[in-house]
Amino acid sequence: MITFKGVHKWFKDLHVLNDINQHVTPGEVLVVCGPSGSGKSTLIRTINQLEPINEGSLIVDGMDLSDKKTNINKLRAEVGFVFQQFNLYPHLSVISNITLAPTKIRNVSKKDAEEQAMVLLNRVGLSEKRDAYPSQLSGGQQQRVAIARALAMKPRIMLFDEPTSALDPEMIGEVLAVMKDLALSGMTMVVVTHEMGFAREVAHRVAFMADGIVLEEAPPEDFFLRPQHERAKQFLRQLLTPMQSGCP
Amino acid sequence: MLNYTFDWSIITSGKYFDWLVSGLITTLKLSTVSIVLAFLLGLLIAVMRMAHSKPVRWFAHAYLEFFRNTPLLVQIFFWYFGSYKILPTVINDWLNKTGFEFAAAAIALTIYTSAFIAEDIRSGVLSIPKEQMEAARSAGFSYLRSMQYIILPQAIRITIPPLVNQFLNLAKNSSLAMTIGVMEMTYQARQVESYTFKGFEAFTAATAVYLVLSIIITAAVNTYNEKVLNVHKAA
Ligand SMILES: Nc1ncnc2c1ncn2[C@@H]1O[C@H](COP(=O)(O)OP(=O)(O)OP(=O)(O)O)[C@@H](O)[C@H]1O
Ligand SMILES: [Mg+2]
Repeated sequence: MITFKGVHKWFKDLHVLNDINQHVTPGEVLVVCGPSGSGKSTLIRTINQLEPINEGSLIVDGMDLSDKKTNINKLRAEVGFVFQQFNLYPHLSVISNITLAPTKIRNVSKKDAEEQAMVLLNRVGLSEKRDAYPSQLSGGQQQRVAIARALAMKPRIMLFDEPTSALDPEMIGEVLAVMKDLALSGMTMVVVTHEMGFAREVAHRVAFMADGIVLEEAPPEDFFLRPQHERAKQFLRQLLTPMQSGCP
Repeated sequence: MLNYTFDWSIITSGKYFDWLVSGLITTLKLSTVSIVLAFLLGLLIAVMRMAHSKPVRWFAHAYLEFFRNTPLLVQIFFWYFGSYKILPTVINDWLNKTGFEFAAAAIALTIYTSAFIAEDIRSGVLSIPKEQMEAARSAGFSYLRSMQYIILPQAIRITIPPLVNQFLNLAKNSSLAMTIGVMEMTYQARQVESYTFKGFEAFTAATAVYLVLSIIITAAVNTYNEKVLNVHKAA
């Protein structure tokens, strides 16, 4: 579904992605973690070409991202992206946030799009907020709307970049529950997160990044119980004692 | 001044009243047409100014610099005296039929004001967080569609106060159209003055008209603004 082969990326002199080789199969949930600045966001953003790659090949849902002829807008419509800061459209109501892309890009009728949006809002537990504006919602609610908005395009892949990092602790659970539900429905997902409970329970595989390199990848039980690399051990220790590290 | 007797009746009824009313109507028409066109053209130039293509950006930049930095009166004269020579005959014929002075003034006011509006809209767009564009692009919207549905609607909302200013300037600047013979408010006040020597009354009437026009424009935009901003106040 997603195949990285020898992918490199630089920001000027900074080698942010260094020889990434990853294969995500349909229905797989890959969790990416690692210290701040290790390139996790850059990695996930290459998958829908918010960041172009400089070297190597990246094939997403059969489309070759290094090929200039690939229709990038078509690819993005197939790949849902959920941001750390939600990024809902503040000038549109919840329901319009969800129906905008289906009606304008997929040419779904307004009525069908709204019906489908209500199904999604039910699924994320927010059907009573259909006419609210983003600024009237809590962070957790905004993020659930953002997930519904992404799902409205019926994506084949969902990408999450630290979807709970901007949330108050009491709201993290409600967002993770929606994501878990999505994973159980068989969605192919790549999730950058430090929520190790979620990783343990939902991920099929964990990739640990540092300095643009995937240092370690393993099923969650192996990664958490028997981390191989010294950087990974240190990272996990810091996660358990967040007070000292300042890391979430 | 000492032996000047005020006579308001001259401008409140009869022939001179009709002149002033027809001037008012022409000013309203000229301002409305130019405001609408200047807004649309300003929007277009703003988008071109931010386009990916270098020549398009460069063209928009040159347009802005040129029209913002030359006097409006010169531009009015340019379109009035000069456009005969550069426009195709078909367009000239059509302009002659619809009233060439009016068209030249509307074109000049539109183009001049659009340059200012474009810059205001551009700074509005630049103040929208770049994450909004990313969200739109990752949903599959093209750059232009993202602008249309997500960025510009937000940018225009925050650009409303400077836009009102541009609209007011345009309404006031429309008085310059008298120089090429458009029979708008100031022109008619002048006419009344030269026929009656009642300049004070005539120009008081003209002043009142511009004031009311400004108040109407401000109120109209504010009403729209409040309706829109309700949403954000609720937060
Ligand atoms: N647009 C950019 N231009 C230049 N450097 C960038 C850009 N985006 C990211 N970087 C740099 O690339 C490196 C990797 O950034 P990235 O955002 O991918 O890290 P991350 O693992 O997501 O970190 P965090 O956990 O803090 O989100 C960092 O050193 C960052 O400063
Ligand atoms: Mg990041």
